[in-house]
Amino acid sequence: MSASPSSRPAKRRLGRLERPALRGVLVREMINFSSYWRSTTFSSTVEPTIFLLAFGFGFGSLVSEVGGFRYVEFVGTGVVATAVLFSSVFPAMFGTFIKYQFQHTYDAILAAPVDTEELVTGEALWIATRTGVYGCTPLLVAMIFGLDPSWGMLAVPPIAFLAGFGWACFGISIAAFLKSIENFNYVTSSVITPLFLVAGTFFPIDQLPEGAQIAAQINPLYHCVELVRHAVFGWEGATDAAHLGAIAGFGLVMWRVAIFGMERKLVT
Amino acid sequence: MPATPSPAISLRGVVKCFGSIRAVDGLDLEVPEGTCVGLLGPNGAGKSTTMKLLTAQAIADEGELSVLGYRLPGESKQARAECGVVPQLDNLDTTLTVEQNLIVFAHLYRIERGERAAAVDRAVRIANLDERRDSKVDELSGGMRRRLLIARALVHRPRMLLLDEPTVGLDPQVRQELWALIDGLRSEGTSILMSTHYIEEAERLADTVTIMAEGHAVAAGRPAQLVAEHVGGQAVEVYGAPEELTAAEAAATQRGFRTRRTGTSVAVLGTDATNGGAPEGRPRVTTLEDVFVLLTGEEVA
Repeated sequence: MSASPSSRPAKRRLGRLERPALRGVLVREMINFSSYWRSTTFSSTVEPTIFLLAFGFGFGSLVSEVGGFRYVEFVGTGVVATAVLFSSVFPAMFGTFIKYQFQHTYDAILAAPVDTEELVTGEALWIATRTGVYGCTPLLVAMIFGLDPSWGMLAVPPIAFLAGFGWACFGISIAAFLKSIENFNYVTSSVITPLFLVAGTFFPIDQLPEGAQIAAQINPLYHCVELVRHAVFGWEGATDAAHLGAIAGFGLVMWRVAIFGMERKLVT
Repeated sequence: MPATPSPAISLRGVVKCFGSIRAVDGLDLEVPEGTCVGLLGPNGAGKSTTMKLLTAQAIADEGELSVLGYRLPGESKQARAECGVVPQLDNLDTTLTVEQNLIVFAHLYRIERGERAAAVDRAVRIANLDERRDSKVDELSGGMRRRLLIARALVHRPRMLLLDEPTVGLDPQVRQELWALIDGLRSEGTSILMSTHYIEEAERLADTVTIMAEGHAVAAGRPAQLVAEHVGGQAVEVYGAPEELTAAEAAATQRGFRTRRTGTSVAVLGTDATNGGAPEGRPRVTTLEDVFVLLTGEEVA
């Protein structure tokens, strides 16, 4: 007997953060990525190379050693954090805003059995995955310029993934709370650039004034830089556990903020 | 006696405010299973907000909503798993192909891996886009994109379809194509709620029509029933100079007729219900458009 239109299947309760919903969001991103991976890969490779050339060889010709490392090694590991930041926060900010405001993509996704929490989590996971890959590019480039490979480098992709997740959620939150894309300039200039400079990427933070050193301690990017450096040159036990905790805590807080912000934006 | 099937959609006293604006104001609406209900109203009547309430993209301030037996907003996710939504705004992924758009939604609607390819093939056929399945969406015409939007909403064989102004902005030929597609779905037993401000669309496709104005339903029923109930069977169209129209309107109102003013004429409605007293003019059959204009005070788009 065929089911008539009026026959009602047994009710099933759909829960939170379901794998099929996350998979659906990720599949959409992966298929879309197939149309723009070349440009993303190009910028993710060329940008850190330029940083390394400019700082590693330009500045490095003036400063041979920093904090016990050759300068090119210091910068090569520091630029990983830059790549993590740029590969996560900007795609999250702009991508989220464009998909919400101009393409109405999220309206389409939320009409399917996907809720805002799953949508935000799926988007952030995807960006974090990309960041886990592109975050390693500077290390590969630095190796060409003389950075010695080490087993600890294998920990860099997961570190980049974790930090990328937090920064992706930060970017989604910015897109959720700002009303226009032009306002992103305020965030870029007043938040992202200072965080990027006060992270121990190009110079050690102990050279900075005391206030800036304290600020660096609450800068998630600083913890990412330190963790990557220790992964490459040697772990520091409890210190690294604290760095990892800081990155994970940042990710957790920003994840909830991003969900809260997008819920406000998408569900009226 | 067979049990009365529960409605596919039921709204009771639904209110939705945006600040001081009551976009939906005490709306009662029912869509019996297997029927097509047209939600007819002018711009700003609350149709799109109602559609958003049904997908839980807007949360009602008051009232009760259920879709396919699921109470909203708590069980909205379950309801959405069994619904298809065709939005007013085109939100296809334009850099993806026809097939890729459908694959994405086959995943989002949780179609099992073994059934996904067949579901996508079926949706491509529904959209009549077999030859364009590898074309990117931004290479398609407006009509093709609309068909793809409908097919995307049908990829998981939903029991309920929500169509928000499905043919707005399309040329008449494309509109006819989409009407045929929607009519086919209705014949197959899919429950449909379709918001529109095209009278002809509602008349052709809807089993029953709910007319909305200022956030609530002002009339509901079969199109013919609404016409008979509100404007009778016949009207007389009176033409003349503006001052003559004003005089004809006043005279008809005085005699108890309902009138409808258009740019060049006054329609005196329900002239078949009286013995004499109808003004001189061109007689015609009344339509749903007369009901719409009479009840909403808005001219038809």
